Amino acid sequence: MSLATAPAPEQDGVELTARHHPRVALAKPSNRRRRLAYAGLTPFAVYVLIFLALPTVLAVVTGFFSDDGSLTFENITGLFTPTILATFGGSFWLSGITAVIGAVVGALICYAMLGTKVGGLLRTIIESAASVLAQFGGVMLAFAFIATIGVQGLITVILRDSFGIDIFADGVWLYQVPGLILPYVYFQVPLMVITFLPALTALRPQWAEASATLGGTRFAYWRHIAAPVLAPAFLGSLLLLFANAFSSFATAAALISQGSQIVPLQIRSALVSETVLGRENMAGALALGMIVVMVVVMWAYSVLQARTSRWQK
Amino acid sequence: MSANQAVRIGAEPSPLVRRLILGIIGAIFLIPVIAMIEFTFRNGLAGDYTTSHWAGLFSEDSARTYRGLYQAIGNSLVLAAVTVGIVLVLLLPTMVLVHMQFPRLKRTLEFICIIPITVPAIVLVVGLAPVYSVVVQVLGGSTWTLAFAYGITVLPYAYRAIQGNLDAIPVKTLSEAASTLGAGWMTVLWQVLLPNLRRGVLAASFISIAVVLGEFTIASLLNRRNLQTALLQVSQSDPWVAVIFALAALALAFVLLLIIGRLGSATPSRRKS
Repeated sequence: MSLATAPAPEQDGVELTARHHPRVALAKPSNRRRRLAYAGLTPFAVYVLIFLALPTVLAVVTGFFSDDGSLTFENITGLFTPTILATFGGSFWLSGITAVIGAVVGALICYAMLGTKVGGLLRTIIESAASVLAQFGGVMLAFAFIATIGVQGLITVILRDSFGIDIFADGVWLYQVPGLILPYVYFQVPLMVITFLPALTALRPQWAEASATLGGTRFAYWRHIAAPVLAPAFLGSLLLLFANAFSSFATAAALISQGSQIVPLQIRSALVSETVLGRENMAGALALGMIVVMVVVMWAYSVLQARTSRWQK
Repeated sequence: MSANQAVRIGAEPSPLVRRLILGIIGAIFLIPVIAMIEFTFRNGLAGDYTTSHWAGLFSEDSARTYRGLYQAIGNSLVLAAVTVGIVLVLLLPTMVLVHMQFPRLKRTLEFICIIPITVPAIVLVVGLAPVYSVVVQVLGGSTWTLAFAYGITVLPYAYRAIQGNLDAIPVKTLSEAASTLGAGWMTVLWQVLLPNLRRGVLAASFISIAVVLGEFTIASLLNRRNLQTALLQVSQSDPWVAVIFALAALALAFVLLLIIGRLGSATPSRRKS
């Protein structure tokens, strides 16, 4: 920058300038200025250490200690008991199914938006709506679905009174894991639109044109050109959706007050009642398990993302 | 290639197909919002409608009846303000500094800021519990201290908003021009760079507010009261009011994100401001 490019003052002049312009004197020894700049990084570094690095390490490490502070692998081996494995299974199932539904429906919306003007009215509305609904997690989403398909929900009542269909004929499933599918899909689809739209709009019209000129059909274009180009982006978005569902807590916490059928709820009960399965510090082991899953998924996502960016310019 | 041609060879959907897809999915997505609105007019389980829930909210005893809820809203607003403060005081200067002086640290900073996606709130809160037992001893148990945790939660969003803006302006040229004209480091930052980063900074602030107003996980598991934990509590005794407040929060988030959308799509005007 200015320091490196500024002509070095002559040796004799240094003292003189230094006396008259203190700022120049300060700027002169460039490593002093550099040290000052490094010092500027300290507040953020300290903040991140205390509130991100430390909690993450603590969360993981507590899993390796027993309640009296001695080292133990009991919590970690506790992860492989049938109950905990079943919760991880429940989380995988819920995240997988909502990721697939979200990805397919979201991709369909993206397809429908092909050819709309960037910055146009339709596009702005859908993009804003998507970013709101992708954020619309948590307690409020639970309210929305209780009002919609709760026991007295709008749709429940309409289906029951007008069509004679009782959606809860086999018992009320809204307050169990299957009840989470619809609310989760509600925030998964918008997230898919946000993440997948850039990839789909990066398809160049020239490719379709070239394919058509060579006698390719509509199907041939999508099968042999668009699909291979979009595959990494689609799979990447699918993984991001999986991670999104896997780590979300608030909606489940608001809907399911009894039982811990998915991992985040298991962490809640481990934190709230300290005697889950007779093991303290189980929350730490569960957190470690979640981090392992998240790291693997997000690593695969970044690999796919790198492949995707090849086509986006 | 004309739009017609694109439709004919299958690169784009026809207007009819587009309207069908967007119309059907859009209608389905509207149902829960409509159901929420309908719910706020219900008269208990009687099956008829009433405006008493809305009226109760604007009546004179409203402040007393829903004192807990209003307090929680106050808490959430304070948390949002402090979180924005953390973004502006800690994250923004660091990003500018790294961009200008330590380009090699850019990847590291990006990596740090994206970690909260991989370490979600429900995991972070396990380690935050012991950290906050110390924080409470040092700073007291007021709700605003939770903003330190929220500053981490909003990192990925705030980072993306500011970085997008940083990449779009010629930081080096601007700061070199300013220092050539004799401006000191602070002047460069305050009078040259910040005005150019206005859009990114605003977007980062709004997305932080939206995220903090919707935060439930950390507050709930650290036993603090914010808007979301209070809503869940109120919903057990007065679900109608809880839903009304949820609708209001949703509307506010929509407005905030709509503004962000406008900030993002608006081409930077070169006219006098």
